[in-house]
Amino acid sequence: MDMTDVKFSATRRLILQGAGAVALVGLGNLPFGLTPALAAANDKYPEEAFKQKSDPDVIKTLYGKTAEPSDKVKMDAPEIAENGAVVPISVSTTLADVTSVAFLVSENPNVLIAKYNIPAGTLPSVANRIKMAKTSNVTVLVEAGGKLYSASKEVKVTVGGCGG
Amino acid sequence: MASTIRVRASSNGDITEVQALIQHPMDSGFVKNAKGETIPPHFIQQLTFEHDGKNVFAADWGGGISKDPYVKFAFKGAKKGDELKISWVDNKGATDTTTAKIQ
Repeated sequence: MDMTDVKFSATRRLILQGAGAVALVGLGNLPFGLTPALAAANDKYPEEAFKQKSDPDVIKTLYGKTAEPSDKVKMDAPEIAENGAVVPISVSTTLADVTSVAFLVSENPNVLIAKYNIPAGTLPSVANRIKMAKTSNVTVLVEAGGKLYSASKEVKVTVGGCGG
Repeated sequence: MASTIRVRASSNGDITEVQALIQHPMDSGFVKNAKGETIPPHFIQQLTFEHDGKNVFAADWGGGISKDPYVKFAFKGAKKGDELKISWVDNKGATDTTTAKIQ
């Protein structure tokens, strides 16, 4: 099976399985102050980092150190994204002891897109789909062995994903 | 009510590959509707995957993740038939949880 794309047909069976699952959405209308139990088990949500407007500010807020470009960080991103609302981006690395991975889009209103925490035993390989307002540099950060590494690539966007 | 989370987890013996697709608007707060009014932010902030009571993957998301988000990762230490628990919480405090059997 080709794992690089979402195959809706492949997940159809899962939709049916999911129909039997208990949905907890109705319980979710809690005020902000009451953090749901599941979030408490995680690392704290990096609220401030998600508000930053530049790559250096995100890196400083999130990690408090500087990133060093590395050819061991492999980013897979399209040269041209026809639809900025859905841009598939993935990263993998041969670096050891990876603890987290983050995705940044320099030209988006908020630069930080996502941060993934990678516990021991989980492979340093993540794929996701992001929004891009316009043509921009996309940077992935990989935290490994206490150090921070990065890779960047320009992705051209034909139709932005944040316009109105 | 159907779950918002669809998961496919398959093991090749050593490595379990997980793909998840979640139904969520993921409004960033920067987009205006047809009337020119800003659509308020509404997006998933945290998504976690647990196996055997242990966190195997955790995502912190902003509004820059696409609508109906998709994520893929892989981890070691699970076998076919094991359960994977997936949960998310959004910026309004809504949550959903489901479990999936590793195939």
